Amino acid sequence: MSSLVKNILRFILFILFQVYILDKIRLHQMVTPYIYFMFILWLPFKMKRGWLMLLGFLLGFTLDNFRHHPGFHAAACVLIAYVRPFLINLLIPQEGAETNYEEPSFKSLGGILPYLIYSGVLILLHNSWLFFLEAWQFGNFWYFFVKTILSTAVALMLVLSTELLFSRKQPFRTNTA
Amino acid sequence: MRNIFLFIRRYFNFLLFLTLQGISIFLIISYSNHHYAAFSRVANNVTGQINSRYSSVQHYFYLKRTNDSLLKANELLYNKLKGNFALPDTTTRSYVDSIRIDSILQYRRYTYVGARVVANSVAAPNNFIVLDRGKKAGIKEGMGVVDPNNAVVGIITETTDDYSVVMSLLHKDSHISGKLKKGEETGTLSWDGKEPNLVSLTNIPKSAKISVGDSVITSGFSTTFPKGIMLGRVEGIYKEASSNYYKVKFFTAANFHNLPYAYVIQNAEQDAVNKILEKINKQP
Repeated sequence: MSSLVKNILRFILFILFQVYILDKIRLHQMVTPYIYFMFILWLPFKMKRGWLMLLGFLLGFTLDNFRHHPGFHAAACVLIAYVRPFLINLLIPQEGAETNYEEPSFKSLGGILPYLIYSGVLILLHNSWLFFLEAWQFGNFWYFFVKTILSTAVALMLVLSTELLFSRKQPFRTNTA
Repeated sequence: MRNIFLFIRRYFNFLLFLTLQGISIFLIISYSNHHYAAFSRVANNVTGQINSRYSSVQHYFYLKRTNDSLLKANELLYNKLKGNFALPDTTTRSYVDSIRIDSILQYRRYTYVGARVVANSVAAPNNFIVLDRGKKAGIKEGMGVVDPNNAVVGIITETTDDYSVVMSLLHKDSHISGKLKKGEETGTLSWDGKEPNLVSLTNIPKSAKISVGDSVITSGFSTTFPKGIMLGRVEGIYKEASSNYYKVKFFTAANFHNLPYAYVIQNAEQDAVNKILEKINKQP
């Protein structure tokens, strides 16, 4: 399957899973489970930053339309798409390692810990910016703070379990071939 | 000029980032002021279709509860039937004059239109409900929506040909006027964005005698709802610091977690009243 088809399928599946399964689950008023941003986490290494942001905007905007108030998720997704390349540069084990694998995973980032930092930081950024925009309308700081921390923990667990359930086989590519 | 282009090329990504963030925040702000574009109608048509596919499956799981609530609603209606009431036995009969005079003749002001709920949210800070009937069924923006047991759910904010979007009570911009059934004090509804069944009524004067469990009903001072439709029951009474008012929190009568059907209330006089109000607002 080509990378384009794979990512289009992922886009649709993540949005449907988010809207029709996770949004129906009511854990607690302080916890909103999110997983749709894994689409951005899984995009290929070699994608240009401009495209990353445009795709992030599209993803967030699609989810916003299901929630009938456009803007919130789009803003949060653009932010994590912008920050993603910086993080990858910091975490990648050795220079040029991103050319060996197609997209971020346990293997390509060199272990579970770097991957946890990678996804944890992005999820925290996404949630804090999203809940900040929402809290700015309601104006309650502590509510925002606790909600961000709890939702990030739940989202991180969801990301980890998805990563363990659906192992993505990625061939090691070298320049010699 | 050349320097400007160089600058744009150098910081292209950052500028794109700022632009996209700007668009998002503009969307958030402009939507609150109800300046939605024609685009949102197209988007609502698409998401509405996907939602109605999904809900047709989901409705099977709610059939039992739906039947129960319809049974209750029917029971209420049967009890209101004229045939249930007998005239008092008097020796002198009373007649109603058959000449049509304005003061006797009744006319219909409110009509209920049933609709199926195709999408519903509770957990978001601003919640919306989507119904599967729209302009074709005569639904317009600003009409009230109640659940099968005649308890307030929200107000219509957007309509397309086949779908309409309801701003539920659980929305920060939802300000319905409500009152206490016992003392007739009126106040304004608001939601603090936290618990999905707890709404507060502000601007209740401290002279009011309130106790926990009292009914809160619609005031009938707006054109959206008839007077006396159930809003909820009082949960607690809170003093607002340095003011003469109470803040009364109450449990909503409508169960937002389980809402398979809803009725839209059409008011035949809504346009007439709004026209007068517009005239007043236009005067400097």
